[in-house]
Amino acid sequence: MEHSEKAIEIIDLRLSYGVKEVIHGLTFDIYRHEIFGIIGPAQSGKTSLLRCLNRTIDFESSATVSGTIRVDGSDIRRTKDIYALRRKIGMVAPLPVGLPLSIYDNVAFAPRSSGLTKKADLDSIVERCLKQAALWEEVKDRLHTLGTALSGGQQQRLTIARALSHQPRILCLDEFSIAIDPVTTMRIEDVLKELRKEITIILVTNLTQQARRLADRTMFLWNGDCVELDSTEIIFSDRPANSKTYEYVNGIFG
Amino acid sequence: MPMTNNLDPAQRFTKTEFVVRKERIQSITKVLFAVMAISMIIPLLLIIGYLFYHALPSLSWEFLVEVPKKGMRDGGIWPAFVGTLYLVVISLAIAAPVGVFAAVYLNEYAKDNWFNRIIHLAVINLAGVPSIVHALFGLGAFVYAAEFGYSILSAALTLAIMTLPVIIASTREALASVPMPFREACWNVGASRWQTIRAVVVPNSISGILTGIILQVSRAAGETAPVMFTGAVFYKAVERGELFPYQLNEQCMALSMHLYTVATQVPNVKESIPYATAVVLLCSVLLVNAGAIALRVWLRNHKKW
Ligand SMILES: Nc1ncnc2c1ncn2[C@@H]1O[C@H](COP(=O)(O)OP(=O)(O)OP(=O)(O)O)[C@@H](O)[C@H]1O
Ligand SMILES: [Mg+2]
Repeated sequence: MEHSEKAIEIIDLRLSYGVKEVIHGLTFDIYRHEIFGIIGPAQSGKTSLLRCLNRTIDFESSATVSGTIRVDGSDIRRTKDIYALRRKIGMVAPLPVGLPLSIYDNVAFAPRSSGLTKKADLDSIVERCLKQAALWEEVKDRLHTLGTALSGGQQQRLTIARALSHQPRILCLDEFSIAIDPVTTMRIEDVLKELRKEITIILVTNLTQQARRLADRTMFLWNGDCVELDSTEIIFSDRPANSKTYEYVNGIFG
Repeated sequence: MPMTNNLDPAQRFTKTEFVVRKERIQSITKVLFAVMAISMIIPLLLIIGYLFYHALPSLSWEFLVEVPKKGMRDGGIWPAFVGTLYLVVISLAIAAPVGVFAAVYLNEYAKDNWFNRIIHLAVINLAGVPSIVHALFGLGAFVYAAEFGYSILSAALTLAIMTLPVIIASTREALASVPMPFREACWNVGASRWQTIRAVVVPNSISGILTGIILQVSRAAGETAPVMFTGAVFYKAVERGELFPYQLNEQCMALSMHLYTVATQVPNVKESIPYATAVVLLCSVLLVNAGAIALRVWLRNHKKW
Protein backbone atom coordinates (compact mmCIF):
# COMPACT_ATOMS: atom_id res chain seq x y z
CA MET A 1 0.00 0.00 0.00
CA GLU A 2 1.18 3.48 -0.85
CA HIS A 3 1.65 5.49 2.34
CA SER A 4 2.59 8.81 0.94
CA GLU A 5 0.06 11.27 2.23
CA LYS A 6 -0.52 11.90 5.90
CA ALA A 7 -4.09 12.55 6.99
CA ILE A 8 -3.14 13.20 10.58
CA GLU A 9 0.21 13.92 12.16
CA ILE A 10 0.52 13.73 15.92
CA ILE A 11 3.69 14.98 17.55
CA ASP A 12 4.40 14.52 21.24
CA LEU A 13 0.76 14.74 22.28
CA ARG A 14 0.24 14.98 26.01
CA LEU A 15 -3.07 15.30 27.79
CA SER A 16 -3.86 15.72 31.44
CA TYR A 17 -7.08 16.05 33.38
CA GLY A 18 -6.20 18.33 36.26
CA VAL A 19 -2.85 17.07 37.50
CA LYS A 20 -3.33 13.52 36.21
CA GLU A 21 -1.60 12.97 32.91
CA VAL A 22 -3.43 10.34 30.87
CA ILE A 23 -1.59 10.55 27.54
CA HIS A 24 2.16 10.66 27.87
CA GLY A 25 3.62 11.91 24.65
CA LEU A 26 2.31 10.14 21.58
CA THR A 27 3.93 10.62 18.20
CA PHE A 28 2.53 8.91 15.13
CA ASP A 29 1.01 9.52 11.73
CA ILE A 30 -2.20 8.30 10.19
CA TYR A 31 -2.16 7.91 6.44
CA ARG A 32 -4.85 8.74 3.99
CA HIS A 33 -7.27 5.96 3.08
CA GLU A 34 -6.12 3.59 5.74
CA ILE A 35 -8.09 2.02 8.51
CA PHE A 36 -6.10 2.75 11.62
CA GLY A 37 -6.91 0.45 14.51
CA ILE A 38 -6.38 1.46 18.12
CA ILE A 39 -6.61 -1.27 20.72
CA GLY A 40 -5.92 -1.18 24.40
CA PRO A 41 -7.46 -2.00 27.75
CA ALA A 42 -9.96 0.26 29.52
CA GLN A 43 -8.66 3.59 30.80
CA SER A 44 -5.77 3.63 28.38
CA GLY A 45 -6.80 6.97 26.89
CA LYS A 46 -8.34 5.91 23.58
CA THR A 47 -11.44 8.04 23.90
CA SER A 48 -9.41 10.96 25.19
CA LEU A 49 -7.12 10.72 22.18
CA LEU A 50 -10.07 10.95 19.81
CA ARG A 51 -11.46 13.92 21.68
CA CYS A 52 -8.15 15.71 21.15
CA LEU A 53 -8.43 15.21 17.39
CA ASN A 54 -11.65 17.16 16.94
CA ARG A 55 -10.95 19.42 19.88
CA THR A 56 -14.08 18.53 21.77
CA ILE A 57 -11.60 18.17 24.61
CA ASP A 58 -11.89 21.96 24.77
CA PHE A 59 -15.23 21.51 26.50
CA GLU A 60 -13.52 19.70 29.36
CA SER A 61 -12.41 22.53 31.59
CA SER A 62 -9.91 20.45 33.55
CA ALA A 63 -8.11 19.14 30.47
CA THR A 64 -4.81 20.56 29.22
CA VAL A 65 -3.33 19.44 25.94
CA SER A 66 0.21 19.95 24.70
CA GLY A 67 1.97 18.86 21.55
CA THR A 68 0.97 19.25 17.95
CA ILE A 69 -1.80 17.68 15.91
CA ARG A 70 -1.97 18.37 12.21
CA VAL A 71 -5.00 17.40 10.18
CA ASP A 72 -4.42 17.63 6.44
CA GLY A 73 -1.21 19.44 7.17
CA SER A 74 -2.64 22.27 9.25
CA ASP A 75 -2.25 22.62 12.98
CA ILE A 76 -5.65 22.19 14.60
CA ARG A 77 -4.81 24.66 17.30
CA ARG A 78 -4.37 27.39 14.75
CA THR A 79 -7.50 26.53 12.87
CA LYS A 80 -9.77 29.47 12.22
CA ASP A 81 -12.98 27.54 11.96
CA ILE A 82 -13.28 24.99 14.73
CA TYR A 83 -16.70 23.88 13.45
CA ALA A 84 -15.30 23.12 10.02
CA LEU A 85 -12.61 21.02 11.69
CA ARG A 86 -15.21 19.06 13.61
CA ARG A 87 -17.16 18.48 10.41
CA LYS A 88 -14.02 17.23 8.75
CA ILE A 89 -13.80 14.56 11.43
CA GLY A 90 -16.78 12.27 11.96
CA MET A 91 -17.07 10.95 15.48
CA VAL A 92 -19.07 7.95 16.65
CA ALA A 93 -19.33 7.63 20.42
CA PRO A 94 -19.36 4.23 22.15
CA LEU A 95 -22.88 4.55 23.49
CA PRO A 96 -25.64 5.28 21.01
CA VAL A 97 -27.03 8.78 21.31
CA GLY A 98 -30.10 9.44 19.26
CA LEU A 99 -30.83 13.11 19.61
CA PRO A 100 -34.39 13.79 20.75
CA LEU A 101 -35.33 14.79 17.22
CA SER A 102 -36.88 12.86 14.37
CA ILE A 103 -34.71 10.35 12.52
CA TYR A 104 -34.57 12.70 9.57
CA ASP A 105 -33.58 15.67 11.72
CA ASN A 106 -30.95 13.60 13.48
CA VAL A 107 -29.14 13.07 10.22
CA ALA A 108 -29.94 16.48 8.77
CA PHE A 109 -28.78 18.25 11.92
CA ALA A 110 -25.14 18.62 10.92
CA PRO A 111 -25.73 19.81 7.34
CA ARG A 112 -28.30 22.25 8.64
CA SER A 113 -26.03 23.68 11.28
CA SER A 114 -23.44 24.29 8.60
CA GLY A 115 -26.00 26.32 6.70
CA LEU A 116 -27.53 23.91 4.21
CA THR A 117 -31.28 24.45 3.86
CA LYS A 118 -32.35 23.09 0.48
CA LYS A 119 -34.83 20.28 1.04
CA ALA A 120 -33.69 18.22 -1.92
CA ASP A 121 -30.04 18.32 -0.82
CA LEU A 122 -30.97 17.35 2.71
CA ASP A 123 -33.16 14.51 1.47
CA SER A 124 -30.37 13.02 -0.56
CA ILE A 125 -27.85 13.35 2.28
CA VAL A 126 -30.23 11.66 4.70
CA GLU A 127 -30.87 8.81 2.34
CA ARG A 128 -27.22 8.29 1.45
CA CYS A 129 -26.04 8.34 5.08
CA LEU A 130 -28.76 6.05 6.36
CA LYS A 131 -27.94 3.61 3.56
CA GLN A 132 -24.25 3.70 4.39
CA ALA A 133 -25.05 3.03 8.03
CA ALA A 134 -27.19 0.02 7.02
CA LEU A 135 -30.28 1.58 8.55
CA TRP A 136 -32.21 2.85 5.56
CA GLU A 137 -34.31 -0.27 4.95
CA GLU A 138 -35.50 -0.35 8.54
CA VAL A 139 -36.50 3.29 8.88
CA LYS A 140 -37.29 4.61 5.42
CA ASP A 141 -41.03 4.55 6.12
CA ARG A 142 -40.83 6.37 9.41
CA LEU A 143 -38.21 9.04 8.95
CA HIS A 144 -40.28 11.48 10.93
CA THR A 145 -40.64 9.44 14.07
CA LEU A 146 -38.33 10.06 17.00
CA GLY A 147 -34.74 8.90 16.77
CA THR A 148 -34.78 8.14 20.48
CA ALA A 149 -37.54 5.60 19.95
CA LEU A 150 -35.26 3.30 17.97
CA SER A 151 -33.63 0.27 19.53
CA GLY A 152 -30.12 0.65 20.92
CA GLY A 153 -28.49 -0.94 17.90
CA GLN A 154 -30.52 1.14 15.49
CA GLN A 155 -29.64 4.29 17.40
CA GLN A 156 -25.98 3.39 17.11
CA ARG A 157 -26.32 3.11 13.35
CA LEU A 158 -28.18 6.40 13.42
CA THR A 159 -25.15 7.86 15.18
CA ILE A 160 -22.95 6.52 12.40
CA ALA A 161 -25.26 8.03 9.79
CA ARG A 162 -25.06 11.34 11.61
CA ALA A 163 -21.28 11.18 11.68
CA LEU A 164 -21.26 10.63 7.92
CA SER A 165 -23.79 13.37 7.23
CA HIS A 166 -21.24 16.18 7.19
CA GLN A 167 -19.05 14.34 4.71
CA PRO A 168 -16.03 13.91 6.95
CA ARG A 169 -12.57 13.25 5.53
CA ILE A 170 -11.74 11.20 8.61
CA LEU A 171 -14.12 8.95 10.49
CA CYS A 172 -13.41 8.02 14.11
CA LEU A 173 -15.30 5.07 15.48
CA ASP A 174 -15.07 4.59 19.24
CA GLU A 175 -16.08 1.04 20.05
CA PHE A 176 -19.01 1.38 17.70
CA SER A 177 -20.15 -2.21 17.92
CA ILE A 178 -20.90 -2.41 21.64
CA ALA A 179 -24.62 -2.08 21.08
CA ILE A 180 -24.92 -3.80 17.71
CA ASP A 181 -25.60 -7.43 16.95
CA PRO A 182 -22.94 -9.43 15.07
CA VAL A 183 -24.80 -9.56 11.76
CA THR A 184 -25.26 -5.81 11.58
CA THR A 185 -21.70 -5.32 12.78
CA MET A 186 -20.52 -7.32 9.80
CA ARG A 187 -22.64 -5.24 7.47
CA ILE A 188 -21.17 -2.06 8.86
CA GLU A 189 -17.68 -3.47 8.63
CA ASP A 190 -18.31 -4.06 4.92
CA VAL A 191 -19.45 -0.47 4.63
CA LEU A 192 -16.24 0.67 6.31
CA LYS A 193 -14.15 -1.29 3.83
CA GLU A 194 -16.09 0.45 1.10
CA LEU A 195 -15.70 3.87 2.71
CA ARG A 196 -11.95 3.68 3.06
CA LYS A 197 -11.64 4.25 -0.66
CA GLU A 198 -12.81 7.77 0.01
CA ILE A 199 -11.89 8.57 3.58
CA THR A 200 -9.58 7.70 6.43
CA ILE A 201 -10.92 5.65 9.29
CA ILE A 202 -9.74 5.47 12.87
CA LEU A 203 -11.16 2.45 14.57
CA VAL A 204 -10.98 2.21 18.35
CA THR A 205 -12.09 -1.18 19.44
CA ASN A 206 -12.14 -3.54 22.37
CA LEU A 207 -12.70 -6.45 20.04
CA THR A 208 -9.14 -7.15 18.97
CA GLN A 209 -10.43 -9.43 16.25
CA GLN A 210 -12.29 -6.51 14.71
CA ALA A 211 -9.04 -4.58 14.40
CA ARG A 212 -7.48 -7.68 12.93
CA ARG A 213 -10.23 -7.99 10.33
CA LEU A 214 -10.30 -4.36 9.30
CA ALA A 215 -7.24 -2.36 10.20
CA ASP A 216 -4.24 -1.82 7.97
CA ARG A 217 -2.12 -0.74 10.87
CA THR A 218 -2.85 -1.14 14.54
CA MET A 219 -1.63 0.73 17.58
CA PHE A 220 -1.61 -0.85 20.99
CA LEU A 221 -2.19 1.88 23.54
CA TRP A 222 -1.65 1.13 27.18
CA ASN A 223 -2.03 3.64 30.01
CA GLY A 224 -1.45 6.57 27.69
CA ASP A 225 1.66 5.14 26.06
CA CYS A 226 1.99 3.65 22.63
CA VAL A 227 3.35 0.19 23.28
CA GLU A 228 3.53 -0.79 19.67
CA LEU A 229 2.41 0.52 16.31
CA ASP A 230 2.84 -1.60 13.27
CA SER A 231 0.99 -3.22 10.43
CA THR A 232 -1.89 -5.35 11.64
CA GLU A 233 -0.29 -8.60 10.48
CA ILE A 234 2.69 -8.00 12.70
CA ILE A 235 0.69 -6.91 15.74
CA PHE A 236 -1.41 -10.06 15.52
CA SER A 237 1.43 -12.34 14.54
CA ASP A 238 3.22 -14.73 16.88
CA ARG A 239 6.05 -12.36 17.50
CA PRO A 240 5.22 -8.68 17.63
CA ALA A 241 8.06 -6.43 18.75
CA ASN A 242 6.74 -6.13 22.27
CA SER A 243 5.72 -9.15 24.29
CA LYS A 244 2.96 -7.14 26.01
CA THR A 245 1.25 -6.79 22.67
CA TYR A 246 1.28 -10.52 22.19
CA GLU A 247 -0.17 -11.04 25.65
CA TYR A 248 -2.89 -8.47 25.14
CA VAL A 249 -4.13 -9.61 21.76
CA ASN A 250 -4.12 -13.18 22.92
CA GLY A 251 -6.00 -12.40 26.09
CA ILE A 252 -3.31 -13.40 28.56
CA PHE A 253 -2.75 -9.91 29.83
CA GLY A 254 -2.01 -9.77 33.52
CA MET B 1 -36.24 -39.20 52.04
CA PRO B 2 -36.77 -35.45 52.75
CA MET B 3 -39.79 -34.55 54.80
CA THR B 4 -41.21 -32.01 52.39
CA ASN B 5 -41.91 -34.57 49.73
CA ASN B 6 -44.45 -36.23 51.96
CA LEU B 7 -46.38 -33.06 52.54
CA ASP B 8 -49.65 -32.34 50.89
CA PRO B 9 -48.86 -29.79 48.13
CA ALA B 10 -51.40 -27.35 49.52
CA GLN B 11 -49.56 -27.30 52.80
CA ARG B 12 -46.16 -26.49 51.44
CA PHE B 13 -47.06 -22.85 51.00
CA THR B 14 -48.94 -22.22 54.24
CA LYS B 15 -47.79 -19.11 56.00
CA THR B 16 -45.34 -19.56 58.78
CA GLU B 17 -45.45 -17.53 61.96
CA PHE B 18 -42.71 -15.33 60.54
CA VAL B 19 -44.50 -14.51 57.31
CA VAL B 20 -47.71 -13.68 59.14
CA ARG B 21 -45.90 -11.26 61.40
CA LYS B 22 -44.11 -9.62 58.51
CA GLU B 23 -47.33 -9.08 56.65
CA ARG B 24 -48.99 -7.61 59.71
CA ILE B 25 -46.16 -5.12 60.20
CA GLN B 26 -46.35 -4.21 56.56
CA SER B 27 -50.05 -3.47 56.64
CA ILE B 28 -49.68 -1.41 59.82
CA THR B 29 -46.95 0.76 58.31
CA LYS B 30 -49.01 1.18 55.18
CA VAL B 31 -51.97 2.48 57.17
CA LEU B 32 -49.67 4.71 59.19
CA PHE B 33 -48.19 6.38 56.13
CA ALA B 34 -51.60 6.76 54.54
CA VAL B 35 -52.87 8.48 57.68
CA MET B 36 -49.93 10.87 57.64
CA ALA B 37 -50.44 11.69 53.99
CA ILE B 38 -54.12 12.36 54.58
CA SER B 39 -53.47 14.45 57.67
CA MET B 40 -51.32 16.67 55.48
CA ILE B 41 -54.30 17.45 53.31
CA ILE B 42 -56.75 18.04 56.14
CA PRO B 43 -55.37 21.43 57.24
CA LEU B 44 -55.41 22.59 53.63
CA LEU B 45 -59.01 21.51 53.16
CA LEU B 46 -59.92 23.07 56.50
CA ILE B 47 -58.40 26.39 55.50
CA ILE B 48 -60.17 26.42 52.17
CA GLY B 49 -63.47 25.35 53.74
CA TYR B 50 -63.16 27.90 56.52
CA LEU B 51 -62.36 30.71 54.07
CA PHE B 52 -65.24 29.86 51.78
CA TYR B 53 -67.66 29.51 54.66
CA HIS B 54 -66.91 32.99 55.94
CA ALA B 55 -66.58 34.53 52.49
CA LEU B 56 -69.85 33.19 51.17
CA PRO B 57 -72.05 36.25 51.85
CA SER B 58 -69.76 38.40 49.70
CA LEU B 59 -68.73 35.98 47.00
CA SER B 60 -70.14 36.92 43.64
CA TRP B 61 -69.03 38.15 40.25
CA GLU B 62 -69.95 41.61 41.47
CA PHE B 63 -67.40 41.37 44.26
CA LEU B 64 -64.63 40.81 41.73
CA VAL B 65 -65.47 43.60 39.30
CA GLU B 66 -66.88 46.21 41.71
CA VAL B 67 -64.76 48.91 43.30
CA PRO B 68 -64.54 49.33 47.10
CA LYS B 69 -67.19 51.59 48.57
CA LYS B 70 -67.89 53.40 51.83
CA GLY B 71 -64.23 53.53 52.84
CA MET B 72 -63.61 49.84 52.02
CA ARG B 73 -66.55 48.71 54.11
CA ASP B 74 -68.57 47.62 51.11
CA GLY B 75 -68.27 46.97 47.38
CA GLY B 76 -65.64 44.82 45.68
CA ILE B 77 -61.93 44.49 44.98
CA TRP B 78 -61.46 45.28 41.30
CA PRO B 79 -58.67 47.88 41.70
CA ALA B 80 -56.67 45.50 43.91
CA PHE B 81 -57.21 42.57 41.56
CA VAL B 82 -56.07 44.52 38.52
CA GLY B 83 -53.18 45.98 40.52
CA THR B 84 -51.92 42.52 41.42
CA LEU B 85 -52.28 41.50 37.79
CA TYR B 86 -50.17 44.48 36.73
CA LEU B 87 -47.49 43.75 39.31
CA VAL B 88 -47.25 40.05 38.52
CA VAL B 89 -47.19 40.45 34.75
CA ILE B 90 -44.66 43.28 34.72
CA SER B 91 -42.35 41.74 37.29
CA LEU B 92 -42.28 38.39 35.49
CA ALA B 93 -41.86 40.08 32.11
CA ILE B 94 -38.62 41.43 33.58
CA ALA B 95 -37.51 38.51 35.71
CA ALA B 96 -38.27 35.62 33.34
CA PRO B 97 -36.09 36.61 30.36
CA VAL B 98 -33.26 37.86 32.52
CA GLY B 99 -33.41 34.77 34.71
CA VAL B 100 -33.57 32.32 31.83
CA PHE B 101 -30.68 33.92 29.95
CA ALA B 102 -28.61 34.12 33.10
CA ALA B 103 -29.26 30.46 33.79
CA VAL B 104 -28.37 29.49 30.22
CA TYR B 105 -25.13 31.39 30.56
CA LEU B 106 -24.29 29.86 33.92
CA ASN B 107 -25.17 26.32 32.91
CA GLU B 108 -24.07 26.19 29.29
CA TYR B 109 -21.29 28.71 28.79
CA ALA B 110 -19.63 29.49 32.12
CA LYS B 111 -16.45 27.64 32.90
CA ASP B 112 -16.19 25.96 36.26
CA ASN B 113 -13.95 28.55 37.92
CA TRP B 114 -14.06 30.44 41.20
CA PHE B 115 -15.80 33.46 39.72
CA ASN B 116 -18.74 31.47 38.40
CA ARG B 117 -18.90 29.41 41.56
CA ILE B 118 -19.30 32.62 43.51
CA ILE B 119 -22.11 33.71 41.20
CA HIS B 120 -23.77 30.35 41.71
CA LEU B 121 -23.45 30.69 45.47
CA ALA B 122 -24.80 34.23 45.37
CA VAL B 123 -27.85 33.13 43.39
CA ILE B 124 -28.65 30.36 45.82
CA ASN B 125 -28.29 32.64 48.80
CA LEU B 126 -30.33 35.41 47.23
CA ALA B 127 -33.15 32.92 46.77
CA GLY B 128 -33.29 32.63 50.54
CA VAL B 129 -33.35 36.32 51.42
CA PRO B 130 -36.56 37.25 53.30
CA SER B 131 -39.04 39.32 51.32
CA ILE B 132 -38.98 42.18 53.83
CA VAL B 133 -35.30 42.66 53.02
CA HIS B 134 -36.10 42.77 49.31
CA ALA B 135 -38.76 45.33 50.20
CA LEU B 136 -36.22 47.56 51.91
CA PHE B 137 -33.80 47.15 49.04
CA GLY B 138 -36.51 48.08 46.56
CA LEU B 139 -37.39 51.14 48.59
CA GLY B 140 -33.79 52.31 48.64
CA ALA B 141 -32.83 51.35 45.11
CA PHE B 142 -35.89 52.01 42.98
CA VAL B 143 -38.03 54.46 44.93
CA TYR B 144 -35.21 56.74 46.10
CA ALA B 145 -31.93 56.09 44.28
CA ALA B 146 -33.42 55.53 40.82
CA GLU B 147 -36.11 58.10 41.55
CA PHE B 148 -38.97 56.00 40.23
CA GLY B 149 -40.91 57.07 43.32
CA TYR B 150 -43.66 55.01 44.87
CA SER B 151 -44.95 53.42 41.69
CA ILE B 152 -45.96 50.25 39.92
CA LEU B 153 -42.55 50.28 38.25
CA SER B 154 -40.70 50.29 41.58
CA ALA B 155 -42.92 47.58 43.00
CA ALA B 156 -42.64 45.37 39.91
CA LEU B 157 -38.86 45.77 39.84
CA THR B 158 -38.70 44.83 43.50
CA LEU B 159 -40.78 41.73 42.86
CA ALA B 160 -38.58 40.93 39.87
CA ILE B 161 -35.45 41.11 42.02
CA MET B 162 -37.14 38.88 44.54
CA THR B 163 -38.18 36.20 42.04
CA LEU B 164 -35.08 36.35 39.84
CA PRO B 165 -32.78 34.09 41.88
CA VAL B 166 -35.43 31.42 42.18
CA ILE B 167 -36.07 31.52 38.45
CA ILE B 168 -32.34 31.24 37.78
CA ALA B 169 -32.02 28.30 40.14
CA SER B 170 -35.03 26.40 38.76
CA THR B 171 -34.03 27.07 35.15
CA ARG B 172 -30.52 25.84 35.81
CA GLU B 173 -31.90 22.70 37.31
CA ALA B 174 -34.07 22.13 34.25
CA LEU B 175 -31.12 22.69 31.91
CA ALA B 176 -28.86 20.44 33.91
CA SER B 177 -31.34 17.60 33.60
CA VAL B 178 -30.67 17.38 29.85
CA PRO B 179 -28.11 14.57 29.51
CA MET B 180 -24.57 15.61 28.61
CA PRO B 181 -24.20 13.08 25.74
CA PHE B 182 -26.85 15.00 23.77
CA ARG B 183 -24.68 18.10 23.86
CA GLU B 184 -21.54 16.14 23.00
CA ALA B 185 -23.26 14.52 20.04
CA CYS B 186 -24.11 17.97 18.70
CA TRP B 187 -20.63 19.35 19.26
CA ASN B 188 -19.14 16.35 17.52
CA VAL B 189 -20.90 17.19 14.28
CA GLY B 190 -19.71 20.77 14.37
CA ALA B 191 -22.64 22.55 15.95
CA SER B 192 -21.87 25.62 18.01
CA ARG B 193 -22.96 25.94 21.59
CA TRP B 194 -25.81 28.19 20.62
CA GLN B 195 -27.05 25.79 17.93
CA THR B 196 -26.90 23.01 20.47
CA ILE B 197 -28.83 25.00 23.04
CA ARG B 198 -31.50 25.94 20.54
CA ALA B 199 -31.92 22.55 18.92
CA VAL B 200 -31.57 20.20 21.84
CA VAL B 201 -31.09 21.71 25.29
CA VAL B 202 -33.95 24.20 25.53
CA PRO B 203 -36.61 22.11 23.76
CA ASN B 204 -35.94 19.34 26.23
CA SER B 205 -35.99 21.43 29.36
CA ILE B 206 -38.76 23.84 28.45
CA SER B 207 -41.33 22.19 30.71
CA GLY B 208 -39.09 22.57 33.74
CA ILE B 209 -38.20 26.14 32.81
CA LEU B 210 -41.83 27.18 32.37
CA THR B 211 -43.07 25.57 35.57
CA GLY B 212 -40.27 27.24 37.48
CA ILE B 213 -41.38 30.61 36.16
CA ILE B 214 -45.09 30.06 36.68
CA LEU B 215 -44.61 28.98 40.27
CA GLN B 216 -43.14 32.42 40.88
CA VAL B 217 -46.47 33.95 39.91
CA SER B 218 -47.98 32.82 43.18
CA ARG B 219 -45.05 34.24 45.09
CA ALA B 220 -45.21 37.59 43.38
CA ALA B 221 -48.96 37.75 43.87
CA GLY B 222 -48.89 36.80 47.52
CA GLU B 223 -46.05 38.86 48.93
CA THR B 224 -47.17 41.96 50.83
CA ALA B 225 -44.07 43.66 52.16
CA PRO B 226 -42.26 44.31 48.85
CA VAL B 227 -45.24 46.03 47.26
CA MET B 228 -46.30 47.84 50.42
CA PHE B 229 -42.89 49.47 50.70
CA THR B 230 -42.56 50.46 47.08
CA GLY B 231 -45.80 51.08 45.26
CA ALA B 232 -49.02 49.67 46.63
CA VAL B 233 -51.51 52.04 48.19
CA PHE B 234 -54.39 51.83 50.55
CA TYR B 235 -56.93 53.20 48.09
CA LYS B 236 -57.00 54.27 44.51
CA ALA B 237 -60.04 55.46 42.64
CA VAL B 238 -60.69 53.22 39.65
CA GLU B 239 -63.70 52.69 37.40
CA ARG B 240 -65.67 49.52 37.89
CA GLY B 241 -64.31 46.76 35.66
CA GLU B 242 -61.79 49.05 33.97
CA LEU B 243 -59.02 46.97 32.38
CA PHE B 244 -56.14 49.43 32.18
CA PRO B 245 -56.64 51.84 35.05
CA TYR B 246 -53.01 52.40 36.01
CA GLN B 247 -49.92 54.10 34.59
CA LEU B 248 -46.45 52.69 35.26
CA ASN B 249 -45.45 55.67 37.36
CA GLU B 250 -48.59 55.58 39.48
CA GLN B 251 -49.25 53.68 42.61
CA CYS B 252 -51.76 50.86 42.57
CA MET B 253 -53.77 48.70 44.89
CA ALA B 254 -52.83 45.04 45.36
CA LEU B 255 -54.74 42.06 46.68
CA SER B 256 -52.26 41.11 49.37
CA MET B 257 -52.03 44.66 50.64
CA HIS B 258 -55.81 45.08 50.42
CA LEU B 259 -56.34 41.98 52.49
CA TYR B 260 -53.99 43.32 55.10
CA THR B 261 -55.76 46.70 55.24
CA VAL B 262 -59.34 45.45 55.39
CA ALA B 263 -58.43 42.85 57.95
CA THR B 264 -56.48 45.06 60.32
CA GLN B 265 -56.67 48.77 59.48
CA VAL B 266 -60.31 49.55 58.74
CA PRO B 267 -62.85 49.43 61.59
CA ASN B 268 -66.32 47.96 61.14
CA VAL B 269 -65.69 46.17 57.85
CA LYS B 270 -68.33 43.70 56.79
CA GLU B 271 -67.01 40.43 58.16
CA SER B 272 -67.10 38.55 54.88
CA ILE B 273 -64.99 41.04 52.89
CA PRO B 274 -61.51 40.05 54.09
CA TYR B 275 -62.38 36.39 53.63
CA ALA B 276 -63.70 36.94 50.15
CA THR B 277 -60.52 38.86 49.28
CA ALA B 278 -58.48 35.93 50.53
CA VAL B 279 -60.57 33.53 48.47
CA VAL B 280 -59.94 35.56 45.30
CA LEU B 281 -56.19 35.65 45.98
CA LEU B 282 -56.07 31.95 46.78
CA CYS B 283 -58.16 30.93 43.79
CA SER B 284 -56.14 33.01 41.33
CA VAL B 285 -52.94 31.47 42.64
CA LEU B 286 -54.35 27.94 42.60
CA LEU B 287 -55.64 28.50 39.09
CA VAL B 288 -52.22 29.57 37.86
CA ASN B 289 -50.59 26.62 39.60
CA ALA B 290 -53.09 24.24 38.07
CA GLY B 291 -52.24 25.76 34.71
CA ALA B 292 -48.57 25.08 35.41
CA ILE B 293 -49.29 21.46 36.26
CA ALA B 294 -51.40 20.99 33.16
CA LEU B 295 -48.67 22.52 31.02
CA ARG B 296 -46.11 20.27 32.61
CA VAL B 297 -48.18 17.17 31.97
CA TRP B 298 -48.80 18.21 28.39
CA LEU B 299 -45.13 18.87 27.74
CA ARG B 300 -44.09 15.70 29.51
CA ASN B 301 -46.32 13.69 27.21
CA HIS B 302 -44.54 15.32 24.31
CA LYS B 303 -41.14 14.69 25.78
CA LYS B 304 -38.77 13.04 23.41
CA TRP B 305 -36.59 10.66 25.28
N1 LIG C 1 -13.61 14.02 31.85
C1 LIG C 1 -12.62 13.44 32.52
N2 LIG C 1 -12.15 14.00 33.65
C2 LIG C 1 -11.15 13.42 34.32
N3 LIG C 1 -10.56 12.28 33.96
C3 LIG C 1 -10.97 11.67 32.84
C4 LIG C 1 -12.02 12.22 32.06
N4 LIG C 1 -12.24 11.42 31.00
C5 LIG C 1 -11.35 10.40 31.11
N5 LIG C 1 -10.58 10.56 32.21
C6 LIG C 1 -9.50 9.66 32.63
O1 LIG C 1 -8.61 9.54 31.57
C7 LIG C 1 -8.17 8.19 31.47
C8 LIG C 1 -8.39 7.69 30.07
O2 LIG C 1 -9.79 7.63 29.83
P1 LIG C 1 -10.40 7.27 28.43
O3 LIG C 1 -11.87 7.42 28.52
O4 LIG C 1 -9.71 8.04 27.38
O5 LIG C 1 -10.02 5.74 28.31
P2 LIG C 1 -10.45 4.67 27.22
O6 LIG C 1 -9.20 4.06 26.72
O7 LIG C 1 -11.37 5.28 26.23
O8 LIG C 1 -11.22 3.62 28.11
P3 LIG C 1 -12.43 2.67 27.70
O9 LIG C 1 -11.86 1.53 26.93
O10 LIG C 1 -12.96 2.23 29.02
O11 LIG C 1 -13.38 3.49 26.93
C9 LIG C 1 -8.90 7.41 32.53
O12 LIG C 1 -8.01 7.22 33.61
C10 LIG C 1 -10.01 8.29 32.94
O13 LIG C 1 -10.26 8.14 34.31
MG1 LIG D 1 -13.41 4.89 25.70
